[in-house]
Amino acid sequence: MSIAAETKEQVAELGGKYKYGFVTDIEMERAPKGLNEDTVRYISAKKGEPDWMLEWRLGAFRRWQAMTEPKWARVHYPKIDYQSAYYYAAPKNTPLKQSLDEVDPKLLETYKKLGIPLQEQMALAGVAVDAVFDSVSVATTFKEKLNEAGVIFCPISEAIRDYPDLVKKYLGTVVPVTDNFFATLNAAVFSDGTFVYVPKGVRCPMELSTYFRINASETGQFERTLIIADEGSYVSYLEGCTAPKRDENQLHAAVVELVALDHAEIKYSTVQNWYPGDENGLGGIYNFVTKRGDCRGKKSKISWTQVETGSAITWKYPSCILRGDDSVGEFYSIAIANHYQQADTGTKMIHLGANTRSRIISKGISAGKAQNTYRGLVSVYGKAKNARNYTQCDSLLIGSDCGAHTVPYIESRNKTARIEHEATTSKIAEDQLFYCLARGIPQDEAVSLIVNGFCREVLQQLPMEFAVEAQKLVGISLEGSVG
Amino acid sequence: MLEIKNLHVAVEGKEILKGLSLSIQPGEVHAIMGPNGSGKSTLSYVLAGRDGYDITEGSVTYNGENLAALPPEERAAKGVFLAMQYPVEIPGVTTMTFLKTALNSQRRARGESDLDAVGVLKLVRAKAKSLNVSEEMLKRALNVGFSGGEKKRLEILQMAIFEPKLAILDETDSGLDIDALRLVAEGVNALRSPARAMLVITHYQRLLDYIVPDRIHVLANGRIVAEGGKELALELEAKGYEHIVKEPA
Repeated sequence: MSIAAETKEQVAELGGKYKYGFVTDIEMERAPKGLNEDTVRYISAKKGEPDWMLEWRLGAFRRWQAMTEPKWARVHYPKIDYQSAYYYAAPKNTPLKQSLDEVDPKLLETYKKLGIPLQEQMALAGVAVDAVFDSVSVATTFKEKLNEAGVIFCPISEAIRDYPDLVKKYLGTVVPVTDNFFATLNAAVFSDGTFVYVPKGVRCPMELSTYFRINASETGQFERTLIIADEGSYVSYLEGCTAPKRDENQLHAAVVELVALDHAEIKYSTVQNWYPGDENGLGGIYNFVTKRGDCRGKKSKISWTQVETGSAITWKYPSCILRGDDSVGEFYSIAIANHYQQADTGTKMIHLGANTRSRIISKGISAGKAQNTYRGLVSVYGKAKNARNYTQCDSLLIGSDCGAHTVPYIESRNKTARIEHEATTSKIAEDQLFYCLARGIPQDEAVSLIVNGFCREVLQQLPMEFAVEAQKLVGISLEGSVG
Repeated sequence: MLEIKNLHVAVEGKEILKGLSLSIQPGEVHAIMGPNGSGKSTLSYVLAGRDGYDITEGSVTYNGENLAALPPEERAAKGVFLAMQYPVEIPGVTTMTFLKTALNSQRRARGESDLDAVGVLKLVRAKAKSLNVSEEMLKRALNVGFSGGEKKRLEILQMAIFEPKLAILDETDSGLDIDALRLVAEGVNALRSPARAMLVITHYQRLLDYIVPDRIHVLANGRIVAEGGKELALELEAKGYEHIVKEPA
């Protein structure tokens, strides 16, 4: 059965478009509503953090109070009242450290329903999962197996306690505490996330992944992920995200920092499927995320691949600082915006070292009344001789009420740099659709087929298991977008 | 099998077909010939169900069913196939994926089970050979960078795979050199069967040297102005359309 058809059946079975919209009924513990220094102290205490971490958070919080929300993105939303949300929510009775057998069965059931079985014997072969539920990590699989290879894969809260030297050395060195409004907020109130350290010369034996789930209402999720690939190591990491259907908007402000040392490579893939809101634009997640990778060592490589189909608003620019000579940065992106979704996403490639190379492939798809913006910066500094960049931005429009925008910034301070930029905007042509229909392919499936073709270069970058998921998601996200 | 009665079709408010009638039985091959602008392609699109081709009067009945009431994908599932004059490119979608998706869509619409990847591959390979469609072509994105001959061969390959009951070939000869034309015509002839009807639309007589029709209709100004056996094509070739079009039908 074709993927698109399979998808349609699955959706029909579930009787709705967004199949992850359910709520898990579980007793929760929350911080008091609102945000002040006590909230920060509450979170830090809940995590059993050392003093240095609390001070780091409080420093961030004080900075944040003096900052203002960025307004330059092409997204519009009512003012966010930061005092009317909860900043910490966790299932009750979650011990600080637990084995998989101790995880609340309700949580195991939730992840199973999301297609992420956590029992290791049932899990996807070769993929280790850290499951983050609202503000806490509830389970991490294959930890022992990874430990044997010397790979640390654990909730960041655990890393702060168990590996303070590593965390101190790298935390905030790629995305500084003061980087931007949302990153600073995250530094103050981040509650969990994933920590990965791959030691020298180790090729991580499994795919690592984190599955983020927002469950509680009126609650923001602020996770922080830190991945360090030591010299000559390799790791492939994937994150997935879903949330229940709600009429309210919920804030998700994450920070991801990647550090690649000499000859190391990090491949980071995202399939973002936060609840996008309904077809009238009611509800959905505000996804304000700062992701940045530092190719700190020579000949290091960081590759971002993202499939962004969810969220009411996406504000996200996974970037690479190409500091090491001969380092490589890549950004492959599919951003789909349907109905009233707004996406403003892209990347920054900062060429600092000599012979650094970057490649940007962006595929934006707009349907319904959605607005989709690619915003990117390619910057070549004075010492980056022979830096090279290739950028390709393609936009596809479905219907006539949506918008696609491309905002590339290019700066070069070195004459030897070579920067190429290509951009196209097209519509799904009536003749393409008719050709499919005339061959018996129903309309929704035809749209899915054409759009998947349009995105192929990016889909090919995803690890196999997830590429199939992503293809399905493309079909679901655009269902009913024509005619 | 196909019964067209007094068909009037308008495109963007302009009447293109002005009372066309035609009847085709299973096993028959009919040719529609006519000068440019006579309404040949409009007829093919209206039979396949393209948006924007509005039937303002008359009827089209296919196996006793009102064809106009069916959306294009249902017509395909029920055995109507249009080999297009200008096959469309779909970047990023391999030819094989497209064939599999289309075949299984049709099967599903008929309540049949899907053919799995291996089954489709076997079927396609078997049919591809005689049409000189290479493995490499099947791996390329649909029609992207295909030569004129490759595009037309792929149309006929699809016809061979879908095994339609009514095949409409719209200017399948256009853009083909003589060798490519022969290959395509052989492919079409191999699909002639007592259960299948074909409607071959062409501007030139030369295609009909290879695909010999049972009946020829001359279309001009949205109406059939002359009808006859295969010898009519030769007469047209010798005297030109003007001669026939001017005479009262």
